[in-house]
Amino acid sequence: MNALAARRRHPAAIAILIILGLFLTGAVYAALAPKPADATTRALPAQSVEEGKALFRANCSTCHGLNAEGRATGTGDQIAGPPLAGVGAAAVDFQVGTGRMPLPRPDVQAPANNEIKFTQEEIDSMGAYIASLAPGPGVPSEEAVDPTKGDAARGGELFRVNCAMCHNFAGAGGALTRGKYAPPIEGVSGRHIYEAMVTGPQSMPVFNDANLTPESKRDIIAFLYTIDEAESPGGMTLGSLGPVSEGLFAWVFGLGLLVASAVWIGAKSA
Amino acid sequence: MNEQDTPTHGSEVGPTGHGTAVRLDQGHIIGDGGIPERFSNPGLPVHVPRAADLDEDAARRAEKQVTTLFGISILGTLLFIVLYFLIDVEETIYVPGIGVTSASNLALGVTLALALLGIGFGAIHWAKTLMPDHEMVEERHPLRATDESRDRVVHEMREGGNSSQLTRRPFLKYTLGGALGLFAVPLVLQVAGSLGPMPQKSLSLTFWHGGPSGPGQEPEFRPLRLMRDPENTPVRADEVTVGSVYHILPEGLLDLEEGVLEEKAKAAVLLVRLQEDEIQSEKQLDWGYQGIVAYSKICTHVGCPVGLYEQVTHHLLCPCHQSTFDVTRDCEVIFGPAKRSLPQLKITVDDEGYLVSEQPFAEAVGPSYWERGQ
Ligand code: FES
Repeated sequence: MNALAARRRHPAAIAILIILGLFLTGAVYAALAPKPADATTRALPAQSVEEGKALFRANCSTCHGLNAEGRATGTGDQIAGPPLAGVGAAAVDFQVGTGRMPLPRPDVQAPANNEIKFTQEEIDSMGAYIASLAPGPGVPSEEAVDPTKGDAARGGELFRVNCAMCHNFAGAGGALTRGKYAPPIEGVSGRHIYEAMVTGPQSMPVFNDANLTPESKRDIIAFLYTIDEAESPGGMTLGSLGPVSEGLFAWVFGLGLLVASAVWIGAKSA
Repeated sequence: MNEQDTPTHGSEVGPTGHGTAVRLDQGHIIGDGGIPERFSNPGLPVHVPRAADLDEDAARRAEKQVTTLFGISILGTLLFIVLYFLIDVEETIYVPGIGVTSASNLALGVTLALALLGIGFGAIHWAKTLMPDHEMVEERHPLRATDESRDRVVHEMREGGNSSQLTRRPFLKYTLGGALGLFAVPLVLQVAGSLGPMPQKSLSLTFWHGGPSGPGQEPEFRPLRLMRDPENTPVRADEVTVGSVYHILPEGLLDLEEGVLEEKAKAAVLLVRLQEDEIQSEKQLDWGYQGIVAYSKICTHVGCPVGLYEQVTHHLLCPCHQSTFDVTRDCEVIFGPAKRSLPQLKITVDDEGYLVSEQPFAEAVGPSYWERGQ
């Protein structure tokens, strides 16, 4: 303890303390943070509308209402879940298939989640149930989302006009208003990209087939796959966020290095 | 000079001092609470010899460190030369933490860093350990020259003026002055000239006024179809479903031979459809078509493209400084530095069901400028 006490004036002591403190806070938060409730009932694989309805009632009706008519929270005009008639099987496949739904609690935005709560058959039957309520966009075929069939150059042009303002020129995502954000679309499957375009999940506008034809959508998917695979010969991309992260890097590391050198040059040698 | 200005060396006691000076980072002098009549010059702190000054071994160690650093630099430079020829520019390599990156960039960068840092660190380490480090004081002397030399300079200037006959033949002076003065004109002229033509009315016009709207052009209004960017195809009203957003340019803009970007920068439009009962402004409803409304995409703050439309909240966000416009309230500013609403484009449909403009923008789009609104 004495050795420690003797060093408490050491210039590195503050830095070490701060790092320790941050680390501790993070660890405690991770241990105590509320976990999403996992109350899904695993039903047997089912294809029919009936089974989809049962799954829906068990897992989604708290927010979306027993018959998918939507529900209000009761405070102001806040809704717990929007009505789902007409959103189509594509919306179900996107929301549940990317782990966004079921949402643990109402929030500004449903984040993508790697823990997908349902099997693909279950998702399909829920989709069938929702599609039976009112016609809506269906899940696209393999062919419609095959990146090898798209024209990546044209897709890039379409992407820059229609998508890049929110999702960033490299698909790295970006902030929207009041805590909402456009998620990164790196590594998202072609099917989910397609479904997002036709259904317009959450804040995202809808890009119907008159706006972006199915071929255009496939071109965009091809473009996104291309930039996913593209190497970055310039070295670290720093998240492809442009001047913000690059400037931060220069300030922290570039200036840090200069300051450290200046301190070293100015220090008396022993 | 009085005693206050006389610096003292090393551990010498200041003339009016209170004892041996201490190093600045040592000791703590407890004052007696009063303010002395005059502050005495504390002089320089004691010179502390370095390890290398006292101990030959330490000096040799320092020498070794410095030579090693210079050696690293030599090695870096040689490696740079070798790798420059050895590595193909197309070659890539996986580096943990960075990912796949150009091998040549990485190799040349690292070796160049070694070469430069080796020299820099070596030189400074040398200066800090082996070069003399005795504190020295250089006196400051008055800068003013003696009166004689000042007089002499003035005298010589006069002499020169006289002997070159400038004063006797004043015409020389005037023409030389004229020649030198006029020579500034070509320099200024080309800078001012390369700023391009005056904008004239082009800031308040857009392609929606009927055609190209650059400086000196006077487009005549005709209804223009709303075309998708970049496909350049017209949009039918029934294609714009609620919740979708179209990026629109006026018909004919993308077919221009030149000035496409200049026109685009003023004419870009965002087309969305709202439920009619969500629209809170009579004028907005009126200028739209069955809830389809078209707004200038050029931010009224400093002109960034406002494209981030949230279909649920109907907020339109500018990515540059987060100005937020509420599309249900005629694109009024609800947050951020922009001061004016986004201008609306009045639209209708033509006989074939395609959306067309009914009149140009009623005000200048984009940021403010001096003559705006005149
Ligand atoms: S340019 Fe839009 S907020 Fe500044």
